[in-house]
Amino acid sequence: MRNLLGLKAIPEIEYHRPAELSEALKLLAELKQNYKIVAGGTDLVPAARRGGVSFPEHGHTIDISGIKELAYIIEDSGMVRIGAMTRVSDIGESAVVKKHVPILAEAADQLGSLQIRNLGTIGGNLCNASPAADTAPPLLVLDARVNVKNIDGQRSVPLTEFFTGPGQTILAPSEILTEIQVPIPEATAGLCFVKLGRRNAFTLSVVSVATLVRLKDGTFDDVRIALGAVAPTPIRASKGEEYLTGKQTSEQTIDKGAKIVAGEVKPISDVRAGEDYRRDMSYILTKRAINLSVQRARG
Amino acid sequence: MKVPVETKVNNKPYKLEVEPRFTLLEILRDELKIKSVHRGCEDGECGACTVLLNGKPVCSCLVLAPQVDGAEITTVEGLLKDDELHPLMMAFVENHAIQCGYCTPGVIMTAYYLLNNLTEFTDEEIRKGIEGNLCRCTGYVHIVKAIKAAKESKDSGNWW
Repeated sequence: MRNLLGLKAIPEIEYHRPAELSEALKLLAELKQNYKIVAGGTDLVPAARRGGVSFPEHGHTIDISGIKELAYIIEDSGMVRIGAMTRVSDIGESAVVKKHVPILAEAADQLGSLQIRNLGTIGGNLCNASPAADTAPPLLVLDARVNVKNIDGQRSVPLTEFFTGPGQTILAPSEILTEIQVPIPEATAGLCFVKLGRRNAFTLSVVSVATLVRLKDGTFDDVRIALGAVAPTPIRASKGEEYLTGKQTSEQTIDKGAKIVAGEVKPISDVRAGEDYRRDMSYILTKRAINLSVQRARG
Repeated sequence: MKVPVETKVNNKPYKLEVEPRFTLLEILRDELKIKSVHRGCEDGECGACTVLLNGKPVCSCLVLAPQVDGAEITTVEGLLKDDELHPLMMAFVENHAIQCGYCTPGVIMTAYYLLNNLTEFTDEEIRKGIEGNLCRCTGYVHIVKAIKAAKESKDSGNWW
């Protein structure tokens, strides 16, 4: 078959399409680290066309999109459990997600475009480990954990430890992300997600912020702040969180807390924004998000 | 190494042998000669290659060919009834929502999905819905107008 724009063709690959997780785990073990995993394809396929994917010898590619047992959203003992192959659009539309963790649905709705959300998966969004991954900040403030499996067993890892650098995760050779576990926050918690891009529609985040606030007698009982696109990985702003916890919810305190957050981010300059702008916006958006969270926590 | 794929395109079943590195876009255009599916950015950005995969709009340039095994695909040809234009297409014609036409088949497929699934038809909701379809001619004003006209058409029973 000819490709009219031959330069943009994907190189030849050795293709595997397991129908079951057990089959995939066996393949992963056999191939050691000589494979690429593809799920929704929204990151891997364009990167492969640009020559931006270093396929291993023989180009072994394991397509997990046929593994039906990895696509689900269920509520189970105080958690929302989401299979790694769940499409982003299914998360945005899920009644369970909207009811229990609405900021995750909001973030999912703002990821990419309708066409991208219909293909892209939550597991792929996390494993691609973009600093700007839109599902990461909400999951980070919700204290989500991920389940990772290989042929010998599984381990559960807090999402805060999952990312190790741009495009890098703790996944070892022959391991695969299978499930995201999101603890359902108490009804009194105030949550917020804000995303700033270069335009309103179909855009990569320049800065994104998610916050969770719990109040007790006018003071911050629990504060969680996560940011995307302002560090080598999506991060929790622990210094800002520490400063605010136990303090009164006054305007000055929140302002100071947001400034501390802007001090602890490590943004880069790229085509979308400069370092200074990202730092300034980390301050502004954190302040806004905390204020909104406080309002929501007050009900 | 080719992979067997059974798929339905516009309600017609196909048994294909595909190279797994090719995408749905290449299968539709080069193998099945469905040239309404336009090759744009090949990056998932422009939406010119949008088709419905099991009823949902996707960029066909991002779907590996074997991933459509067992799936149903719809392109604009699938909306025709005995070569008669679909009311949605007529709305695009009547509202001058087409200039160069390159984005049109993709926009139509997204619009078809929105018309069957959106609950609110405000300008904002429609614009949000078509965010993945770039049109460099119309400024979207006439496209939004056409989608609203198609909604009226649908509500009045002129639809299939």
